[in-house]
Amino acid sequence: MSGTVIVGASVAGVRTAQALRSQGYSGAITIVDAEEEWPYDKPALSKSFLSGQSHRDSLELISKTEAASLEIELLLGTRAIGLDVAEKLLEVDRCVPIAYDSLVIATGGRARPSPWGQPEGVHVLRTLDDARKLHNDLSPGAHLAVVGAGFIGAEVASTARAANVEVTLIDPLPYPMSRVMTPEVGDWFSRLHEAHGVTTRFGVGVESIDGGRGNFALKLTDGTEVRSDSVLVGIGSMPNDEWLTDSGLLIDNGVLCDEFCRAIQTEGIYVAGDAARLMDQQTGPSVRLEHWTNAVEQAKTVAHNIVNPGDAQIHQSVEYVWSDQYDWRIQVAGRPSHDLDQVTHGDPFVQGRAAAIFVKGGALRGAVVVNWPRVLIEARKAIARKWTAQELNDRIESLTQSVSITSKD
Amino acid sequence: MAKQAKADYEACQGYANCVMGAEDYFDLDDDGKVVLLASEVPESDEPRVAEAARSCPVSALWLEDS
Ligand SMILES: Cc1cc2nc3c(=O)[nH]c(=O)nc-3n(C[C@H](O)[C@H](O)[C@H](O)COP(=O)(O)OP(=O)(O)OC[C@H]3O[C@@H](n4cnc5c(N)ncnc54)[C@H](O)[C@@H]3O)c2cc1C
Ligand code: SF4
Repeated sequence: MSGTVIVGASVAGVRTAQALRSQGYSGAITIVDAEEEWPYDKPALSKSFLSGQSHRDSLELISKTEAASLEIELLLGTRAIGLDVAEKLLEVDRCVPIAYDSLVIATGGRARPSPWGQPEGVHVLRTLDDARKLHNDLSPGAHLAVVGAGFIGAEVASTARAANVEVTLIDPLPYPMSRVMTPEVGDWFSRLHEAHGVTTRFGVGVESIDGGRGNFALKLTDGTEVRSDSVLVGIGSMPNDEWLTDSGLLIDNGVLCDEFCRAIQTEGIYVAGDAARLMDQQTGPSVRLEHWTNAVEQAKTVAHNIVNPGDAQIHQSVEYVWSDQYDWRIQVAGRPSHDLDQVTHGDPFVQGRAAAIFVKGGALRGAVVVNWPRVLIEARKAIARKWTAQELNDRIESLTQSVSITSKD
Repeated sequence: MAKQAKADYEACQGYANCVMGAEDYFDLDDDGKVVLLASEVPESDEPRVAEAARSCPVSALWLEDS
């Protein structure tokens, strides 16, 4: 009896195990994770856990009681180091190889390391341990330099400001979260940080970081210098896929999988979460998604496909990511981008809420919503059901009055 | 045996993952708080509703034996 072996006990891995049971799977389930920590969830690590408002208990992805009653076995502190696809064996660092019938790869990602060195006081943020260390450096009046204004950097800046830490936010791109924002919407977020007392240095990169805790000097590409007590480097993440290099699986910035979440050209091997990269039949490898909700939805699809191999389901979900910064809940659905037309409803600085809808040729592509839950739901449903942009805009207008339109070309 | 869907309204943050998972059971009100459209969950719907509940990022939803 080998059952299902899941590698990675974070949200993708744990939710796969739970979904297997709720879909009636009766085989053995084993989850292997390199970390010793009982499975925890990550979003709060840059928000309420970092600020000290929430505690370790509230991060648990599954209770010990539930794991026991669902007969999910956790092998913590056990790192997967290789895979023998032909023999269906997972090689680990702590014991003999583990046999599986189905394997789920849910090894997620890790923070991209600081290219400027990482002495004490220079942080990255991915794990619980990272969050604890960073928390210890957030004392009131201290100065934190945040390198990278993506979601993580922007959230840490916000949490640090709430703790009365002085913050300088640095990014070579012209506005925060540029990967998913457009200039107009990006400007909301630049102004948001500035309104909360963050010194922003957008459009300049970091050349070097010298000094030590309490006394860092960051040299910027425009010749200026920023001084700080500690530094957070939030410059993205990398997939944990190196352990599969010799396995024969197709790896290219993530484990390539098909629309059924199966590793390409394999049987009984599935991928979920940040480690997965969808290989589109027509367009080739697509963006590797790194969002909580995508991980949960892939977990559900993987479980379904393990339980019902004859009736495999396609992973179809509307991309969705949220971020909490200051008193704004920012929600992004679908895929906003620079080359789309944009319709804006409301102004977050006037009404305290706003939505930007992204459109190409009448088709709806994405939405960025600030503090407006009803609109967010309409947008997620609209994208899922392929409504036209007009249908969505009409619905939003029935919830609002002020509309301004900016059009490309 | 049917189960009961339960919500912790204080915890709910209006992410709407539950609505996307089972919109016949969950909706949001204007303040972005979850609304239970039906609390009795027959066995046939249980896997789907359980998964919608587990897709809540703040664990504000769960099923209880009734
Ligand atoms: C600070 C922070 C804040 C975030 N906030 C948000 C947010 O607000 N909204 C949102 O949508 N998303 C957010 N995210 C992203 C979200 O948390 C991730 O998409 C999610 O954690 C991905 O889950 P995963 O299970 O795929 O991988 P991960 O969470 O990366 O977990 C992978 C697991 O695999 C284990 N592992 C790796 N390699 C091995 C190996 N060789 N052997 C055994 N085990 C291994 C690791 O120890 C880890 O436990 C945030 C992420 C971070 C870090
Ligand atoms: S998913 Fe959770 S937080 Fe979101 S609306 Fe539903 S109950 Fe509330």
